[in-house]
Amino acid sequence: MTNDKMILMANQIAAFFNTQPGADQSKGVAQHIKDFWEPRMIAQLRAYLAEGGQGLDPLVIEAATQV
Amino acid sequence: MKDFIIPGQNDAWGNGIQDETDRGTPAHTGAPVTLTIDGMEITVPAGTSVMRAASELGIQVPKLCATDSLEAFGSCRLCAVEIEGRRGTPASCTTPVHAGMTVHTQTPKLRKLRKGVMELYISDHPLDCLTCAANNDCELQDMAGAVGLRDVRYKAPESAPLANHFEARDTSGAANPEWLPKDDSNPYFTYDASKCIVCNRCVRACEEVQGTFALTIEGRGFDSRVAVGAENFMASDCVSCGACVQACPTATLQEKSVIELGTPDRSVVTTCAYCGVGCSFKAEMQGDQLVRMVPYKHGKANRGHSCVKGRFAYGYASHSDRILNPMIRDSVDQPWKEVSWEEALDFAAKKLVGLQAKYGQKSIGVITSSRCTNEETYLVQKLTRAVFGNNNTDTCARVCHSPTGYGLGQTFGTSAGTQDFDSVEKSDVIIVIGANPTDGHPVFASRLRKRLRQGAKLIVVDPRRIDLLHTPHMGEGHHLPLKPGTNVAVVSALSHVIVTEGLMDEAFIKARCDLDAWEDYKAFISEDRHAPEATEALTGVPAATLRDAARAFATGGNGAIYYGLGVTEHSQGSTTVMAIANLAMMTGNIGREGVGVNPLRGQNNVQGSCDMGSFPHEFPGYRHVHGDEVRQMFEQVWGVSLDAEPGLRIPNMLDAAVDGTFKGLYCQGEDILQSDPDTKHVAAGLAAMDCVIVHDLFLNETANYAHVFLPGSTFLEKDGTFTNAERRINRVRKVMAPKNGYADWEVTQMLANAVLKETGGARWTYTHPAEIMDEIADTTPSFAGVDYALLEAEGSVQWPCNEEHPIGTPLMHVDGFMRGKGRFIVTEYIPTDEKTGPRFPLLLTTGRILSQYNVGAQTRRTENSLWHDQDLLEIHPHDAENRGLKDGDWVRLASRSGETSLRAKVTDRVSPGVVYTTFHHPDTQANVITTEYSDWATNCPEYKVTAVQVAASNGPSDWQQTYSAQAEKSRRIAAAE
Ligand code: SF4
Ligand code: SF4
Ligand code: SF4
Ligand code: FES
Repeated sequence: MTNDKMILMANQIAAFFNTQPGADQSKGVAQHIKDFWEPRMIAQLRAYLAEGGQGLDPLVIEAATQV
Repeated sequence: MKDFIIPGQNDAWGNGIQDETDRGTPAHTGAPVTLTIDGMEITVPAGTSVMRAASELGIQVPKLCATDSLEAFGSCRLCAVEIEGRRGTPASCTTPVHAGMTVHTQTPKLRKLRKGVMELYISDHPLDCLTCAANNDCELQDMAGAVGLRDVRYKAPESAPLANHFEARDTSGAANPEWLPKDDSNPYFTYDASKCIVCNRCVRACEEVQGTFALTIEGRGFDSRVAVGAENFMASDCVSCGACVQACPTATLQEKSVIELGTPDRSVVTTCAYCGVGCSFKAEMQGDQLVRMVPYKHGKANRGHSCVKGRFAYGYASHSDRILNPMIRDSVDQPWKEVSWEEALDFAAKKLVGLQAKYGQKSIGVITSSRCTNEETYLVQKLTRAVFGNNNTDTCARVCHSPTGYGLGQTFGTSAGTQDFDSVEKSDVIIVIGANPTDGHPVFASRLRKRLRQGAKLIVVDPRRIDLLHTPHMGEGHHLPLKPGTNVAVVSALSHVIVTEGLMDEAFIKARCDLDAWEDYKAFISEDRHAPEATEALTGVPAATLRDAARAFATGGNGAIYYGLGVTEHSQGSTTVMAIANLAMMTGNIGREGVGVNPLRGQNNVQGSCDMGSFPHEFPGYRHVHGDEVRQMFEQVWGVSLDAEPGLRIPNMLDAAVDGTFKGLYCQGEDILQSDPDTKHVAAGLAAMDCVIVHDLFLNETANYAHVFLPGSTFLEKDGTFTNAERRINRVRKVMAPKNGYADWEVTQMLANAVLKETGGARWTYTHPAEIMDEIADTTPSFAGVDYALLEAEGSVQWPCNEEHPIGTPLMHVDGFMRGKGRFIVTEYIPTDEKTGPRFPLLLTTGRILSQYNVGAQTRRTENSLWHDQDLLEIHPHDAENRGLKDGDWVRLASRSGETSLRAKVTDRVSPGVVYTTFHHPDTQANVITTEYSDWATNCPEYKVTAVQVAASNGPSDWQQTYSAQAEKSRRIAAAE
């Protein structure tokens, strides 16, 4: 998958959890990614983060450490 | 596993037929009333007719104008009876029972009267019984026998011919002005006025059962006749549902297939393979020749009704385009080579095993079919999990109702609709969001329309003015014509009105829902920014209209919500599903008849395919692959170790293919190239794979990229079950041998065994789908009580079906939600990234029409194409005029993904700024236009919103021309050597 598409998908998930009540929404994002993303996709996200993760919602960046 | 007795014949489970006696008038529910008929006592519910009560005793009072699918009409007078203490001879069909009544159905007076009535009928009816298509299947004939008619005294005098309707010319050779030629304009049935007895059954069927009101009786007395309000049936409002044909007691309205083939000699009950209503039909047969499909009166989803697809559009099953031999090729630019099953399976297995060896265990996967049976789907997902050793399985539900699974799972705790279809008969206010039931779910629409005629209110949330809003004789209707992509804002605004005006059901919320979540939600939804006045500019729905609708829903009694793909196929599809669940919970509309949240499922077995573990993250019964307990249970039953990580979803598979890490696919009964969004991307993904196995009836568009073609079987050729939108597990029964040699479950098993031969695993040994169902029941708690014997006894059951609910569960969440407390979820509106702008100023939304089904692979191969032979682009007159377009012009439709050409239909059914088309025809390739945007939670594509431009064009686009040339080349089959 292109990084652009991955960023879009991850940010869409973050956009939902950003609107949810409660303090720590990164858990929700992390859980969603763990539940629905195939290991290849998670590996791509990690690799992209290692390169700086430009364009990713801060909530995704925070969540990625828990995936 | 349960003890299982292997059935020697497929009919070991019976043909499913229960007593079909026509009791003359509909059943009633009421206090018991006891009366005496012909000396025998009977107790029936108040409101029952004397005719029906007699029938319950086994006494069939002669009748012509009555049938138990229609309200009594009382016109033929054949059913007269004598009632002690009453004068005259009242019609038993229109006379309700009374306590203590004493009825006589056979007296000399009645016999004489009935003979007289029959004599009159027969005197104006051709006596060509022996050559009539309804011979042996004609109620007029039966009644002539039943009343003992032996002679007709009315004879034409020599001098003046007797006036009649059935002779084209009188004895002098002059044309008979009363005679009308046969109307055979409808491709499936004829109307032969010369045989009509003007009993009015057809007119009433069209009104009461179908709700179309296409027929009337014109004229009076001898001049009265059935009229279609147009030149002929095809030109009229008739939607070819067949209800009138079924109701007609004579050969006046007759299936053309019966005219051609003769009357059937056996019937087998089975389930329609088209939409998610899941209508039960009798396949009426002569040997292994299908003569006609007749809706089954005891079918619990359809209650004896049908639509044009299930009733008539089965011709594809015997179409010459069907591929009956397996085929292989090394690369997709070669012609196909027909080979034996063994060779094809060996070729496929070696390729798949080789790909896994080279690219890893996760480099191959499957797509299960929402058109195949539960048993077949279960095997396909088992193939990838247990044989390929990964979770790369997905299904077309990905592109339709995956957000339903997620949204209802989060709020209620289960991924399915809450009601049965009967429930609509108790609804008082009905919201329909993003669905077009008269076209997509026609039999349910007829049931809904009946309720609307009885006074239920309708609220439609849709960019288009759908036909449901034009239901004849309906009461209050609200249309909320929102801009595509603003569902969340509209549903939240409805909730805002209800909460801020204090119209919610506090008692229900307190008792049944998670109160912390409710408080959070209440604070959120009460904010002014959700008020209809604040969202009006964004959604296009006038605030006053929205407020009226919200009040009507919250205060109007039983409120039910039905929704379709116009809800799910958005970037916020899952959020809208949650918003709908919120709306139902806050108004207390869950857990009883007449209410609920009801996804209208597209394909026949889309519910079942989801239930059966087609999704890459969950095992059958919606249990996540992460869960150790369930995974270990499957490991034990299947005797292999299983992958604990989710697999790839369809769009992820295609992305991975383009990246070079996904190389092989077994695709059963789906045509992802035509049905999935962004065709060019799908084509690139398929082209990047080394082994694509298509298992289908036809060389579909996906097969253009396939290396192995395994011929599929139709629903007529196999046993199994489909699960409809109300969670109803219906039997599919084999009525003929598979033309391709094997049922689809057998083909999957052979493929599994071919792979297992290479890898050394234990062979699969299913001998009948009933055994597969037993394995499903053993491994899936919601199916624990299901087996074929139960389905035979009950006709059908709705899951959950287990110890707690031994004959299934019509209504969900009655005493509590599946997840415990219902959970309100904050549903913030987040606009899609797909936005109109100067380059693409219009919004395209897609849908379907009545006569065609999905990608059209089946219906295009039937006469249904007479109603819809091409996809059209609906465009508002203003937008058309701005572009200089006229109705019927070729137009170019372009988005940032691609462009295609089709003809325009100028109509104000769509709002300015919105255009609409269907995706039934591969030449149009509407999905060349749709984009890769998808639902945030499930990747369900955003089909319903694409920014486009429309301009005049000369004909098909370059892409269409190149594609059709390539498709033609790819379909070549090499001549046998
Ligand atoms: S086929 Fe259906 S719609 Fe057409 S006239 Fe008959 S009942 Fe009405
Ligand atoms: S067409 Fe058939 S159902 Fe209709 S009035 Fe004539 S005989 Fe009766
Ligand atoms: S297509 Fe749907 S509504 Fe029509 S007959 Fe089949 S199941 Fe019933
Ligand atoms: S059947 Fe009762 S009047 Fe016709």
